[in-house]
Amino acid sequence: MKPAAFTYHRARSVSGAVGLLAELGDDAKVIAGGQSLVAMMNFRLARPEHLIDIARIPGLDTIVREGDALRVGALVTHHAVETADLGPDFRVLSEAMRWVGHLPIRTRGTVGGSIAHADATAEWCLLAVLLDARIVVEGPAGRRSIPAEEFFQGVFTTALEPDELIVEVEFPRPAPRATLTEFAERQGDFAIVAAAVDPDAPRVVLGGVAQVPLRVPAAEAVLAAGVAVAEVGEAAAAAIDVRDEPGASAHYRRALTRTLVTRACEEARTR
Amino acid sequence: MSEIQLVELTVNGERHDLAIEPRRTLVDVLRHDIGLTGTHVGCEHGICGACTVLVDGAPVRACLVFAAQVEDADIRTVESLAEPDGTLSDLQREFSAHHGLQCGFCTPGFLMLAEGFLAERPDATKEEIREVVASNLCRCTGYQTIVEAVDACAARRRSG
Repeated sequence: MKPAAFTYHRARSVSGAVGLLAELGDDAKVIAGGQSLVAMMNFRLARPEHLIDIARIPGLDTIVREGDALRVGALVTHHAVETADLGPDFRVLSEAMRWVGHLPIRTRGTVGGSIAHADATAEWCLLAVLLDARIVVEGPAGRRSIPAEEFFQGVFTTALEPDELIVEVEFPRPAPRATLTEFAERQGDFAIVAAAVDPDAPRVVLGGVAQVPLRVPAAEAVLAAGVAVAEVGEAAAAAIDVRDEPGASAHYRRALTRTLVTRACEEARTR
Repeated sequence: MSEIQLVELTVNGERHDLAIEPRRTLVDVLRHDIGLTGTHVGCEHGICGACTVLVDGAPVRACLVFAAQVEDADIRTVESLAEPDGTLSDLQREFSAHHGLQCGFCTPGFLMLAEGFLAERPDATKEEIREVVASNLCRCTGYQTIVEAVDACAARRRSG
């Protein structure tokens, strides 16, 4: 289908974008790469009256290492992360990008857009929770920084206020052994289940089994105990609450969870 | 009544001044306003890849981009591949030689996907080509011949 009519605005600065958001309120949506939003608009699942294009705001497309932390600008594309040399500390970010959509999606889709969209199977949302990221947002009152676990609140629902813009995602600590893996029927499609682990934290985070990226403390405890990796997968599969849905039964999701968590742990242990 | 916006696009090296609604996607502008119907429209939600074009050299789904977003960008469509006299490019010849197309609906998308990918990754392995080819849908060939066509083109370009 074709999207409904809207007015197009091009923001030149973060404060300009925030000003427009404050003025236009709920009738406005921010567009960067548009790889989720335009599809939703084509389906008319989203019908914003105003689009605020932030893609040309300077300074939001850089990746900066600052001490232990890595700061990724909101406008950095998935493909830019995929091809960046982030060193061993944050290699998980580059490696995980091959799971984000397809190449022509990754060339336009952005980190900030993916986090703001908050699909519970999205790799960036999992990575943010896995690595204790902080989502840096700017609104009329200035900047604030929201821990990823508090940021994702439900289906496509976040702690972002209507007049706030994500400007950066900060990954505070190196994660040289973290890994992410997933399964979809076609490489690049939305994951049925995605699993990410960081044995050093320890963290086990799942996508596709809850309304938000899900930490599984029971599996994290097993991971910390350093026992056989299959037991971590077993603990994760036992801990989730899934129902039969079209395309994937609860039994199938549980089996995928078991396999993928185990696989991610195996990969992490080789590092 | 919808608003009309002036948008300036550069497509295959040629500048176009357009008066369009902001909701016009790039693929619709290419086909309906500029008349370049080589780019096809399939699903309109980013799944099939029939509308793939190059934006500043990178493969992009033209159905998931509004034309207004890509002002000042260098846009290339399938029409840019062949010579003006109709001589096919090396990539197009490999698609033909390897039977990388049958009905042809998806072909412009696959060609531009491969064109953009090989420009960035001239040394791509067959496995990498296979993964990238999974970006688009083809219901005729079974993909194997497309992978072979792209691989053959890459090999030929490498050998100079």
